[in-house]
Amino acid sequence: MTRRIRPVTAPPWVVAVPAGLALLFLGLPIVGLLVRAPWDRMWSVLTSDTSLQALRLSLVTATTATVIAFVIGVPLAWLLARGDFPGRGLARALVTVPLVLPPVVGGIALLLAFGRRGIVGQYLDSCCGVTLPFTTPGVVVAETFVAMPFLVITVEGALRGLDTRFEDAAATLGASRLGVFRRVTLPLILPSLAAGAVLTFARALGEFGATITFAGNLPGVTQTLPLAVYVGLEGDPSEAVALSLVLLAVSVIVLVALRDRWLRTGAAS
Amino acid sequence: MSAGIRGRVVVALPEFTLDVDLDVGPGEVVAVLGPNGAGKSTLLRAVCGLTPLTLGSLSLGGTVVDDPAHGVHVPSSERGVGIVFQDYRLFPHLSVLDNVAFGPRSAGRSRSASRADAGAWIERLRLAALAGRRPHALSGGQSQRVALARALAADPTALLLDEPTAALDAGTRIDVRADLRAHLRQFAGPTLLVTHDPLDALVLADRIVVLEHGSVTQQGHALEIARRPATPYVAKLLGLNLIRGRAHDGDVAVEGGGTLHVTDRELSGEVLVALRPSAIALHTAQPEGSARNVWRGVVDGVQPLGDRVRVTVVGAPTVLVDVTTGAVADLHVAPGDHVWLSAKATEIEAYPG
Repeated sequence: MTRRIRPVTAPPWVVAVPAGLALLFLGLPIVGLLVRAPWDRMWSVLTSDTSLQALRLSLVTATTATVIAFVIGVPLAWLLARGDFPGRGLARALVTVPLVLPPVVGGIALLLAFGRRGIVGQYLDSCCGVTLPFTTPGVVVAETFVAMPFLVITVEGALRGLDTRFEDAAATLGASRLGVFRRVTLPLILPSLAAGAVLTFARALGEFGATITFAGNLPGVTQTLPLAVYVGLEGDPSEAVALSLVLLAVSVIVLVALRDRWLRTGAAS
Repeated sequence: MSAGIRGRVVVALPEFTLDVDLDVGPGEVVAVLGPNGAGKSTLLRAVCGLTPLTLGSLSLGGTVVDDPAHGVHVPSSERGVGIVFQDYRLFPHLSVLDNVAFGPRSAGRSRSASRADAGAWIERLRLAALAGRRPHALSGGQSQRVALARALAADPTALLLDEPTAALDAGTRIDVRADLRAHLRQFAGPTLLVTHDPLDALVLADRIVVLEHGSVTQQGHALEIARRPATPYVAKLLGLNLIRGRAHDGDVAVEGGGTLHVTDRELSGEVLVALRPSAIALHTAQPEGSARNVWRGVVDGVQPLGDRVRVTVVGAPTVLVDVTTGAVADLHVAPGDHVWLSAKATEIEAYPG
């Protein structure tokens, strides 16, 4: 048995009082959601056409965004971690931009790039008849833009921390570069890949600002769960609260999935 | 061009330049012996292609794999060099069986064929009971055998070993070394091992190359080097008589004549006896005393080594004896003299070889 050594004195009130206030401040809104949730009507609200539509759309777009982020984000993470090319620092900075950029600004930026008269969008429109704004693929684009950095940064960190000794050993055993990546590198960073994917999915699921700016708010086409919550608040607030609980549940699941990664780091170190 | 590891390896390092001529024939085991930081690991990395040469050229099994002057650099994955790393580097996410199957699988064989291959090697190295384990559940000695099986299963044209016993505790080191010796004898290709442990070099290798500060200071058979050490480092390092023989009930019948008494009565069969030159006493007349091993010999050479003199005495067995400079003057030993030698049984270390 290990015994924790506790400080003999209680924390001074100058620390205890603001700390308590902070916890209260963070906790009360959650309590509010739980207390005011229309528990008696919960099932009917959640299974209403609008809710189901929003839920389904959110799951489909967030999953698609996660998959796309995976397919193009993992190679980018590898390049940032291992590549040696001019402008690597700039590329890394670029990856972090969506993290700090207000999502609305991201939406506008996406419009200017991929909108019908955007710098790329106009050609997509004229040559291939592809229009992204105000479509479901547009939602995926907005979510990928905002959420992919989470995956890239998580995986890049894992690749940097990964010892190249195992990869060297694999090469001496005759594995090609792709073989080394697939059979040694990927399995070794699997926990980080999973964490990055969960974070990306959660961020994509909660995306609001860039989505509403770039893809609009069309029920069944671009109205994802957060947008449905926002709309519901103006019509039927209890529906908004019920849908919010769904998003809260997802957040809790994410926290549980990542608990080893974050919640215990303090205890471990 | 012929099989083996041949060529001149030159790698510029921040502190010095590694410059070594290599010539390891098929079936030959060469040990590169040197202190830490002499460039041994760099040499191995260069041979297996993880570090490119600055100058020189290298051929493996008759194929030039490195020749910077002509822009030739075959990557590690295409060299077919098996390497047993000091820290083993077993893939932590794979079982012992799949670790060993990694090489065949990389060569494009099917999963089941690779596993069958791996299974055969696992049998051969007596690892069958561990096949399903993950590397973290293995002891140091077991890990090393798995690493050797993994390297051999890839059907290498050459085998490299990096400090094969450095990561083991003293107790298992002796067993692992004897085991390793048996396996290396069976490998048909050239074997290059680097070590800072003279026992590794003496037990495992046919020939020793001493590397200091990136350059070869001496090379040859162990006995030649020990008799005429070129540098103080070599003298100190190889100041060891290693004698092969058969043990029975505390007596070791020495290969080439003579008997040595050891304290371990349990030992039997092929053994190696290690005897430090300073643990042997030199006398001009038959000694009286408690030493259990007393034998005669003829002085063959006298080599001054700083404060001591290393005397080679031909007898049964032939040994190196270190005596103080003053003692040599008192004893008047010179080549051709008949002398007596004595050593206590407690000074003799014997182990399975």
